[in-house]
This record gives sequence, structure tokens and C-alpha cells, in this order.
Amino acid sequence: MTARTPAAGTTASGAPFQPASTPDYLPAAILRELQLSRLRSTVERAWSRVPLYRSRMKQAGLEPADLQNLDDIAALPFTTKADLRDTYPFGLFASPMEDIVRLHASSGTTGKPIVVAYTRQDVEVWTSVMVRSFATCGLHAGDIVQNAYGYGLFTGGLGAHYGAEGLGATVIPISGGNTDRQIMVMRDFGVTAICSTPSYFLHLVDRAAQLGVDLRALPLRAGVFGAEPWTGCMRKRIESLAGIQAFDIYGLSEVIGPGVAVECPAQDGLHIFEDHFYPEIVDPETGRVLPDGDEGELVLTTLSKQAMPMIRYRTRDITSLMPGACACGRSLRRMRRIGRRSDDMLFVRGVNVFPSQVEAALLEVEGTLPHYQIVLTSEQGLDQIEVQVEVTPEMFSDQIGVLERLNHRISGALEHVLGIRAKVTLVEPLTIKRSEGKARRVIDRRRLQP
Amino acid sequence: MKLHQLSVFSENKPGHVIAPCRVLAREGIDIRALSLADTERFGILRLIVSDWKRAKALLEQAGSVVKITEVLAVEVPDRPGGLAEVLEAFQGRAINIEYMYAFPFARGEKAVLIFRFDQPDAAIARLQQHGIQVLSSGALEEH
Repeated sequence: MTARTPAAGTTASGAPFQPASTPDYLPAAILRELQLSRLRSTVERAWSRVPLYRSRMKQAGLEPADLQNLDDIAALPFTTKADLRDTYPFGLFASPMEDIVRLHASSGTTGKPIVVAYTRQDVEVWTSVMVRSFATCGLHAGDIVQNAYGYGLFTGGLGAHYGAEGLGATVIPISGGNTDRQIMVMRDFGVTAICSTPSYFLHLVDRAAQLGVDLRALPLRAGVFGAEPWTGCMRKRIESLAGIQAFDIYGLSEVIGPGVAVECPAQDGLHIFEDHFYPEIVDPETGRVLPDGDEGELVLTTLSKQAMPMIRYRTRDITSLMPGACACGRSLRRMRRIGRRSDDMLFVRGVNVFPSQVEAALLEVEGTLPHYQIVLTSEQGLDQIEVQVEVTPEMFSDQIGVLERLNHRISGALEHVLGIRAKVTLVEPLTIKRSEGKARRVIDRRRLQP
Repeated sequence: MKLHQLSVFSENKPGHVIAPCRVLAREGIDIRALSLADTERFGILRLIVSDWKRAKALLEQAGSVVKITEVLAVEVPDRPGGLAEVLEAFQGRAINIEYMYAFPFARGEKAVLIFRFDQPDAAIARLQQHGIQVLSSGALEEH
């Protein structure tokens, strides 16, 4: 098998070519062949080892042998987050515990968490896709990587740690939180790249400004940000304030963790590591597979996972597969960056509201990209929506009238975008809780009130 | 001539004004003058302090949003008509007072007025023409 790979030397981004990245350049025909053979063994494994998959396939009148080509995947039943909860903790494992070397769990917002498992080979695959992710972002041996993802049950910390070490970079396993220390370490250790959630990094940028530290004057040149949706405006703000290139990385614990897809320096969509994860876009209502370019829900199937194969997992993330080749030369298909999740949708007074719409309204009001939170309450049976906005130095004025006009401008922009009136409350900096580094955008108190 | 006033954003909730005051007290910074402008939902604490640069840095490190504004301080006799005499200087002039506050001064029978003008330099010229004393920063701030 001779894949067309860049000659030894450097990649388009100027970084040395990382041998682990060879599969990024497989010709499409070879990649599809590899996907089909891996898909068939994954389905066979799930069928023979996981009762839920076997019974679902039987109900649908299917056997593993029915899978003759890649398009046949559309006949297989979906797997949802509810299936992971219902089989808590180990019901979807396809390996005996003696073959499992690691467990992670996601913090469930309702009830039980979901538990995911890795064999030694799974950890190696995960490490390899993280190595490829960092290489795609132009990182290489010699980089000093500050890993500010939370270490622990959350997959972000250890996933990025193994990947950066595998790449040959120097890893600082600082984990999340303690922002003043993060800034000190960044400056004193000559950090060249950072991994964190984008909302946490924005917080770090604001804090550095307060402390009088100019991030643009530091060697920091790249940030690899993920674990939550973010916008193009947030990226621009991060890049200009910190003087870095900001890359979007995508992943989810149910599938492997971070390292499912990542942006290259073209920053035009995220390359999916298709040799390990098979992507489909489906209509969130009907489940019908949509053609490339159409927006819908991302569905992922793992192609090499042993301990916990995932067949057609409904990610709830809304995106599209991008037709055409990328300027960087990778043959891996790209998906658009995730702007919203289908389960982010809120119903307020019968109207659909997405947190991303609130963010768009805040961005529209000149000079504000603040930390915010949506609080839903119920007064006399009527839903009330309040948007709390942390005051930033750029927004603040010593004059009451200026702040009131700002408040009115935000209210107006929200009403324009949402179609309903929202109360806007300016709050003091750092008063909106940040949990686990991920921004908690919505507090729904409606159900707590009779 | 111009003084540096610190403005601090505060939510209109019990206990929110005391936090910045505590920070300054702990660091031995003296509050020379103060006013609290408030609306139903939020307030702005305006302060003239003994060391505005250090105060700004300390408050920001404590997480507050702080803005520095140049204001003028004018000394007037603490008697009926004292304020009116100062305001006369601006009659018929296109100089606006954005806001003002007053406090009695410990040095005898004088009061000090703090003004935020939209055109501070024009305001200084006007006051001087009327023979009204604009306090130098040394009178209220230390350096």
C-alpha cells in the first residue's frame, strides 16, 4: 500500500512531518476499503459481545454479514446517550475487565454519569489520533504544552496529555483552575502551546490583562481548544488578544474523548480521523442520512475500538460534512465547526432558544464578548428568561446612562434574535460559576417551582 | 488640576459595596471622597483615594472592574449659596456636568465639590476666569 504522503521534511504549516500522520493522506479508495473492513469487524464484535447491539440488530432483522458496503451502515440502529445510561455502568463493554486498562466517566447533568472503557490498544489508538491532532495544528517535538484540561474522569486531561507526550512535546500537566498560577507558569516556563476549553482560555486572557501580563509578548503561539462549542468571533478575540493561532479540536467520551476531529492551519473545517471514526450526518427528526453539505446531527461509528464499540452514536452536535478537498492536502473529510447542539435547544414561552443565539446577540452589541449565563424561571406559569452578563472593563463606564444604554442595546439585540423579550442583568466579574472549565450556559429553575 | 477618580461596578445587592472598601482598608489606602450612584439593578461606586494607581491594581486583582476618570475638585465656602456661585460660572456655556457630588472638608468651613465635566479643560479655564479655586491633586491624593 503506497499512500501519497508529503516528502520527508516539513508540512504545509512549516512543522516537521510527523510519521503518525501518514493516514491523514490516504487516497480515498484505500481509506474506504480500510473503513469497510474495520466496520465489519467492529459490528461483528458488537454483535457477539454486547447483548444490546445484538438484540437491536435482531429486531431490525439484521446480521453482521448483511454489511456488504459502507452505505449499508444506514440500516443499523442508532445508539443514544440514554442507552449508555440504561446500561450503567458496564453494560456496553465488549471486553472483559482484565483487558480493560482505563475507565473514564462523564459528569452527567441528570442522574448517573456514563462510563467509558479502553483496552491497551484503545489507549494507543486514542494517543495516535491526539498525536495527529497536535501535528495537524503544527505542534512538534520541542514545543512546551500547557495542558489546562481537567485531569480526572473527564477525558480531556489525559487524552491531551498522552497525545502531547506521544508527539515528543514537553507536557505541563497543570490541569484546570488556579488561573494566576497558569499565567505564571505560562510566562516563566516559556510555554508555546496551550490546551483548554475556549471559555477558560478567554477567562485566562482577561485575568492576564488584569495582572498586566501581555500574552502577545510571550512565546505562546498556538491554542488547541475544545470540549464545548465556540464561535468564530470568540476565535478572533482569542487570537488577537493572545497573539496565537487558535485551533478547534472535537471529540466526545462516548466515542473516545478528544481527537475525533481537528482543524488544520487552513482553519476551514475540522478533519475527521476517518480511519478510526466513521461520520454520517442525519436529519435529527427522521434519522434519515443527509448528503454532504447538508446540515444535520453528527452520527459517529467507531472503527477500531475494542472495549466499547459505538455503532451509529447520536452525538446531538449539529454540523455538516464539507464537500471538496482542503488546501492542506489531507484527504480526510472535514466537518464544519460545531455551533450548536440539538439538545441545547430551550423552549421558552413556546419559542425555540439556542444559547448560541444569545451569544450572537451579545457579540452584535459592539465590544462585548462577555461571560454570560441564561437563567430560566417561571412566574405565575409564564416562562421568564434572564441573561446575566459579566461586566468587562471594555463595557464599563463611570456613567449610569452609558451602562443603561448598553443594557438596552443588549435587550434589543436579544429580542431581535430570539423573538421574545429577555431581562438583561449586568453582574460583577467572575460571579458566574465556572464548572470543570466548561462554561455552564443555562440554569433552568422552572421545574423547581410549583 | 485633574484628579483621578476610581469607578467600581457593583451589583445592587446587600453586601456588595463593602468588598472593595475592605480591600482598600486592608492595604491602608484612605478613601478621601466617595459617592454611590445606583439604579434598580446595579450601582457605580466612585472613589477618590490617597493612591489611585495602587488602589486600581489592588481592586482589579480582587476581581473588580475599575475605570479611571479625570474629575475636578473645587473648594467652596460651606454656607448657603456656595454651590450656586460655582455653577454660575457655567451659565450659558456649552459645558455639561455629567455628575457631581459634594463632601465637607476637614480643613475648616469649606466643602469640596467633585465634578465630572464633559470638557474638563474648558471647565478649568472657566472656573479660573471666575476666580474659583480648583484643587490640585496634592490636596486630596498622595504621590
